[in-house]
Amino acid sequence: MTTSTPLQPVVQARGLVKRYGRVTALDHADFDLMPGEILAVIGDNGAGKTTLIKALTGAITPDQGEIRLDGKPVRFTSPMQAREAGIETVYQNLALSPALSIADNMFLGREIEKTGVLGSLFRMLDRAQMRKEARAALTRLGLMTIQNIDQPVETLSGGQRQGVAIARAATFGRHVVIMDEPTAALGVKESRRVLDLILDVKKSGLPVVLISHNMPHVFEIADRIHIHRLGRRHAVVRPSDVTMSDAVAIMTGAMEPPAQAA
Amino acid sequence: MSTDQPSSAPRGPQAFEKVLPENEAPVRFEAERESGIKRFQNLLHSHPTAIPGIVLVASLVFFSVMVGGRFLHPFNFSLIVQQVMIIGIVGIAQTLVVLTAGIDLSVGAIMVLSSMVMGRLAVEMGVPTPLAIAAGIGIAALCGFANGVLVTRFRLPPFIVTLGTWNIFFALNLWYSASETIRAQDIEASAPLLIFFGQAVELFGARLTYGSIAMLAMVAIAWYVLNRTAWGRHVHAVGDDIESARLAGIRTDRVLLMVYVVAGVICGIAAWALIGRIGSASPQAGQTANLDSITAVVIGGTSLFGGRGSIVGTLLGALIVGVFRNGLALSGVNVLWQEFAVGVLIIVAVAIDQWLRRTSR
Repeated sequence: MTTSTPLQPVVQARGLVKRYGRVTALDHADFDLMPGEILAVIGDNGAGKTTLIKALTGAITPDQGEIRLDGKPVRFTSPMQAREAGIETVYQNLALSPALSIADNMFLGREIEKTGVLGSLFRMLDRAQMRKEARAALTRLGLMTIQNIDQPVETLSGGQRQGVAIARAATFGRHVVIMDEPTAALGVKESRRVLDLILDVKKSGLPVVLISHNMPHVFEIADRIHIHRLGRRHAVVRPSDVTMSDAVAIMTGAMEPPAQAA
Repeated sequence: MSTDQPSSAPRGPQAFEKVLPENEAPVRFEAERESGIKRFQNLLHSHPTAIPGIVLVASLVFFSVMVGGRFLHPFNFSLIVQQVMIIGIVGIAQTLVVLTAGIDLSVGAIMVLSSMVMGRLAVEMGVPTPLAIAAGIGIAALCGFANGVLVTRFRLPPFIVTLGTWNIFFALNLWYSASETIRAQDIEASAPLLIFFGQAVELFGARLTYGSIAMLAMVAIAWYVLNRTAWGRHVHAVGDDIESARLAGIRTDRVLLMVYVVAGVICGIAAWALIGRIGSASPQAGQTANLDSITAVVIGGTSLFGGRGSIVGTLLGALIVGVFRNGLALSGVNVLWQEFAVGVLIIVAVAIDQWLRRTSR
């Protein structure tokens, strides 16, 4: 991807401030996500990256500052509003309901009802349509090793569950997919699958925000790395310009960030 | 791994991942090791009504052998259905609440209060019977709403909330009725609609009351709502993992509040059926419905931890209790052994639920 053409960021935040009592979690933080990129967000525990992501996904409302989505100012007071605006989040706990089927989970909170009287009066679900679309979404991401779309999510492996959550986000996310530690709970093999999935999401044209502590994963798939420190954006680097240990050093303050921002 | 090689960030699989295909054997090993017991467990897990279904059939066979002809007579079966009718209806309300990982100890008290409102308004105050019934159901809905508000707005545990409102509603019931029963003759004379559900049709020697038919119809409706509408899916999701449901965009508080209100309405309908069942409106009737409905839900295989269970299971659970009580009574066994058997059933049912849950995660 070339950055010489002036692209408008998909998500842009300027001067976000969030205080919890006497603790300042966000201290005039900035954020830019460019179209079609994978932007990793790294930072030490307590650096405020979770608060930053929560502000972008509507889980919290910042005290000050502005968030723009495709150039238009937005203000979210609930995760629902962010979702409706096209920002999908894959939470660390995945937000899946274990006892419900894959198809039910894919459409949880935005089920499709039948047309006509069956839908409007009897509120009957269009289960055939939901199954069809869920299967299509999983196939798009090469996840149809999951044979039975009606099997409960609790019968899936950790990686498969992650796959369902990512497929859901990729299906409904019109602007951005945000992923919070998608590989944290996974084994080596399953992490590999999930990283490939994230690259597939990127290929489909959706920009991805990846929050991760796993430096090899970050360096493998990120186009740019947003380093968060002391409640603000400390630096943005490219994985090709710095080493992993440099990135960690910048993150912890042991090293000054390179002069020119990526 | 080396993190200090400058500028060339690793792309594609990392070195340690290239050996992965060779290491797949342990994974396959796990899959092949599935024993017969494990498969049986998974089967039961995916068909939660299988166990109560098997238990019901087994108990029918058992008592047929033990008691013989009298037990097998169609009239006896219709009697069992009549006897479990109230618990069956209240059990629907209880199932809804238990599916959300809550519990409603006040269902019986709501039902009795509601039945006294219906009886007094229709018989003593001269209110047209349909209006009196509507008012009774309205009061029941209000009781459910109170439970729901305390659970969702004040964030109190459902057990505590409904333990409190059980006493409150029952006290209101005694106050409103002045602890007096509205007699059957008075109801028959001035408000026969109140005992509508006590009427019956004869069918092959069985006596099927309208109340029994209403219970079966309500089970069917509840099944439809829980399994074929978005709201029903949300009820399951809220009980399964409330935080996940919230993050998935479900308005969990609204779902919970609605569940308690709907449970109240169902108790109101049960109140109407109760008057039909006993013929009069008594402030002391239906005392055991609070706990009996939980018994039916638990024996029916619905998990007290929420999220999994079924309305058909609750119907089966109520029938199992009915068959045991009826069969033991016909065998001439002392009543105390009926209670003993029900107690054993509850513990076995919960033990099975725990066993199924352990393997599912």
